[in-house]
Amino acid sequence: MEAQLELLKVEALAKIEAASDVKSLNDVRVAYLGKKGPITDLLKGMGKLPAEERPKIGALVNVIRESVTEILEDRMAKLEELAINEQLEKESIDVTLPGRPARTGNHHPLTRVVEEIEDFFISMGYEIAEGPEVEKDYYNFEALNLPKGHPARDMQDSFYISEDILLRTHTSPVQARTMEAKGGAPIKIICPGKVYRRDSDDATHSHQFTQIEGLVIGEDIRMSDLKGTLSLFAKKMFGDEREIRLRPSFFPFTEPSVEMDISCFKCGGDGCNVCKKTGWIEILGAGMVHPNVLKMAGYDPAVVSGFAFGMGPERIAMLKYGVEDIRHFYTNDVRFVSQFHRTEA
Amino acid sequence: MLVSTKWLSEYVNIEGIAVADLAEKITRSGIEVDSIIDRSHDMTNVVVGYVVECVKHPEADKLNICQVDVGEETTQIICGASNVAAGQKVIVARPGAVLPGGMKIKKAKLRGEESNGMICSLQELAIEGKLVPKAYAEGIYVLPESAVPGSDALPLLGLDDQVLEFDLTPNRSDALSMIGVAYEVGAILSQGIQLPEITYTASNEKAEDMLKLRIDAKEDNPMYVAKVVKNVKVEASPLWLQNRLMAAGVRPHNNVVDITNFVLMEYGQPLHAFDYDRLETGEIAVRLAEQGEKITTLDDAERTLEAHQLVITNGKEPVAIAGVMGGLNTEVHDGTTTVVIESAYFAPGSVRRTSRELGLRSDASTRFEKGVDPNRVEAAAERAAQLMAEIAGGEVLAGSVIVDELDKTPVRITVSPDYINNRLGMKIPLEEMLAILDGLQIPTEAVNGKLIIDAPTRRQDLRIQEDIIEEIARMYGYDLIPMTLPVTESTPGGLSPYQSKRRTVRAFLEGAGLYQALTYSLTSKEQAQSYALETAPVTELLMPMSEDRSILRQSLIPHLLEAATYNVARRMESVALYETGSVFLGEQEDGLPQEVEHVAAVITGKWVDHAWQAETKSVDFFVLKGIVEGMMDSLGLVEGLSFEQTVLDGMHPGRTANIFQNGKRIGLIGQIHPTEQKKRDLKNTYVMEMNLAKILAIETDELLYVPVPRFPSSSRDIALVVSSGTSAGMLRDVIRSAGGKLLKDVRLFDLYEGDNVEEGKKSLAFSLTYADPERTLTDEEVVKAHGKVLNALTTEAGALLRG
Repeated sequence: MEAQLELLKVEALAKIEAASDVKSLNDVRVAYLGKKGPITDLLKGMGKLPAEERPKIGALVNVIRESVTEILEDRMAKLEELAINEQLEKESIDVTLPGRPARTGNHHPLTRVVEEIEDFFISMGYEIAEGPEVEKDYYNFEALNLPKGHPARDMQDSFYISEDILLRTHTSPVQARTMEAKGGAPIKIICPGKVYRRDSDDATHSHQFTQIEGLVIGEDIRMSDLKGTLSLFAKKMFGDEREIRLRPSFFPFTEPSVEMDISCFKCGGDGCNVCKKTGWIEILGAGMVHPNVLKMAGYDPAVVSGFAFGMGPERIAMLKYGVEDIRHFYTNDVRFVSQFHRTEA
Repeated sequence: MLVSTKWLSEYVNIEGIAVADLAEKITRSGIEVDSIIDRSHDMTNVVVGYVVECVKHPEADKLNICQVDVGEETTQIICGASNVAAGQKVIVARPGAVLPGGMKIKKAKLRGEESNGMICSLQELAIEGKLVPKAYAEGIYVLPESAVPGSDALPLLGLDDQVLEFDLTPNRSDALSMIGVAYEVGAILSQGIQLPEITYTASNEKAEDMLKLRIDAKEDNPMYVAKVVKNVKVEASPLWLQNRLMAAGVRPHNNVVDITNFVLMEYGQPLHAFDYDRLETGEIAVRLAEQGEKITTLDDAERTLEAHQLVITNGKEPVAIAGVMGGLNTEVHDGTTTVVIESAYFAPGSVRRTSRELGLRSDASTRFEKGVDPNRVEAAAERAAQLMAEIAGGEVLAGSVIVDELDKTPVRITVSPDYINNRLGMKIPLEEMLAILDGLQIPTEAVNGKLIIDAPTRRQDLRIQEDIIEEIARMYGYDLIPMTLPVTESTPGGLSPYQSKRRTVRAFLEGAGLYQALTYSLTSKEQAQSYALETAPVTELLMPMSEDRSILRQSLIPHLLEAATYNVARRMESVALYETGSVFLGEQEDGLPQEVEHVAAVITGKWVDHAWQAETKSVDFFVLKGIVEGMMDSLGLVEGLSFEQTVLDGMHPGRTANIFQNGKRIGLIGQIHPTEQKKRDLKNTYVMEMNLAKILAIETDELLYVPVPRFPSSSRDIALVVSSGTSAGMLRDVIRSAGGKLLKDVRLFDLYEGDNVEEGKKSLAFSLTYADPERTLTDEEVVKAHGKVLNALTTEAGALLRG
């Protein structure tokens, strides 16, 4: 019996050694250790043994079974590792193959600029005001201190629909409408939108373009408030090192009127092709709201004052991104628009 | 406005200041200097020459061999100009000279003859051809006899000069004159200015004895000054005068005309000179034109006048269009001996209207349009008379013939220094303010702590307190204004719900793979209403620039299709664009069209393009439909969204649907009609347009969390055969309503037509999910609910259940 057991062990170990994969090793396991295997058979045959031999043989069977099991498990672990390595080898890929493109679109560059401006001023407590693109002459001109026959109307050749209705030439009528609607209350708004002028389209002109304006009305609003606001804006939009300067200018709806330059963000003020060697770039027009404009909207200019500013997102996008032709914004060439997808932090 | 610094220095001392610095100071304090033109162009070796001898070149008809005295020597120069002649003083570029175009002058041989330099035209010295006196427009320029051979020609021609080009804002018409500029520069440099001194000896004869004056339109012409000058000799102006005019961008003609132009530039007061004899009547009468009345103007064009246009007449017929252009019939000519000088104030509005109607803009009209200085009308006439006496040998008759009802009182402005400082956010001392106003020569008094200002009539832009604030701020320096932030009630700011949801829509569409487009609102008549969700009377421009941009659009689709074609034509065959923008419908009560914001999209080409893993897919209806559904879902509006097949112009009749939200039509979606696609050079192209305003106005429920199911669900699949015309949407609705509240989800997972399915039928397979949030459903409950669904499908939808 003992000899029989030893023989079984030797046999089993040889089979284990010979098994070359997980499957054949499993067959060995079933053959020797399974319910129908010889070891089980031996255990079943123990009943025939004399009672005093049973514990000794039983212990021996268990020892052999455990030792065979242990060796088999070891072997199994090795074969499994081999198998997985083989599988991994097969599954290896060329990681330089192109990935499956994740489809995405992006904002039009002008929307990008407009939203950046909107978001800055929203953080300063402004609201966004919008108004009609087809506008009454009254809101587009008269309420902004541009009575009929005013020479400054020369600057704004317009698309008229009728004698009193036109495509707005700037977003300022939204200011006039907001002031009228607010009935004397303080205002802090940003007005973005499309505007139209009777210009032939070329590299620097477009009959349709966009504007974004701001208006603050309240008691004792000062020109220094305008300057401080614009300075923060310039730093946010064009970099912390930006300086601003104001130059006198003229707009019928503001007095005093200024234009704002920022120190060139490309050369830092040393002079380059972006700033045309001046170190400064003209960004926007601004001023203190003209008392006539306040009066017409029902505010008392003796008590209430305000400032307004306005700029062209096209110009800002052209400067920021180096776009040389304004028509790119309106041809919707995917090769152009799709370039404005990434962040700029 | 071109400001010659050489000319300017006659009125204000600018010595010792670099021109670039001067320009910077002017720009920073109020008038933008666009550019500085160096008229010398760094030319050297350009001298006066005396043509001693001039003979034809034996070998070339058009060339002349000239012996030219250039001071240190007499040298041979070949000249091709036809007007060169012996005895002339000319401009010679000597060997070594570099002319403005970069042309280098060297010794050369022309057809065997030596040439040591070049005799120059003014154009060769970079004077624009349109400014060169007509006599020399086609050849070399001839200098006055007094020119000294060998001397530098540049100062003689006034080319040792730098010219400031002003970009004037419309309010600063005061700087449309040299004297006006002098006031400004004087203030900037804290200096006084020197005005021209007008002295001449008048004859005993009185102007009013020779000329009668009548004004019948005093509203448009409140002031008219006429002077009469006899015995003038019309000839070319002296060189200094010609130089001044050319530097200012005016072409010299003859001394009389040049003097009027000179005074125009100097005083900003346009003048006109009539030939007294050609007036014939000895009378000037100003009146409104008769409707249809004709006049031939100085440019030799016959103009037909309208009844509101102001004309100068000789009492019978028009001799000038007031403030715009003189008439040919009374033009000063070589034989003119007696001149009438007109200096007048014409109402800005009248001149602007007439000049615009006639399409005639001149140096005169631009000044009248903006309003000339009432206090310079007479002075300018006197200045012209003086110059006619000095330059043209004229005899100025005593006095002027004047009609004057023009108000010349200055506008009085009272403003307190506190008001000025409060508005600026500064603390400028009173003395400083007074010094600034004094520098600008604005008469000011400080009375009881207030500034009382009499705005000079030359400064028509000074009317109200704020104008004074600007004067003080710009001269004090905007750089000195501190930076503060508005102290107001603190407001939260932010986007409105509408604006915020619009950003959601954009973000969704971009995340779904569409690029944002921006197209024009103006379109052509044919396209204005194509593909429109809704049409209404169109909004048309009165004066379009082209037919293509003459009407406001009622749909965004046509321009998006144009953008698709544009890209496809440039080999960008896959295009996915969307746009949000207004369409313009009809007319509201206030006369404006209703502006409705829409969102639209176009897709064409491949939607998935990942070829090496065999994943490519062309766009189709369901790609775009999925985007619409996703967009509506992002707004919480996917419940109640439905699509209903329809037929629309320009769209594929079998692949087009109206989009509804809770029964209200909110948009359209579908394929462009194949013939239309072909016309636009597009392959299969799908579009959608929706009424964004309507969608964003729908209020949705608050977003509340629904507990994640804790109990397992059961699913059952159904395979059906129905007639081909039965819509999947209808079947889904039947399933949903029969499934009751245990039915949580219905999903179509197979659609088949063809082999093994009877002709005219199709097979669909749905997967249904049943669940109860409170417990695990028993098999019997699921069977019961599912049985109702199966029953409804057979009885209500006529479906045949398979397997």
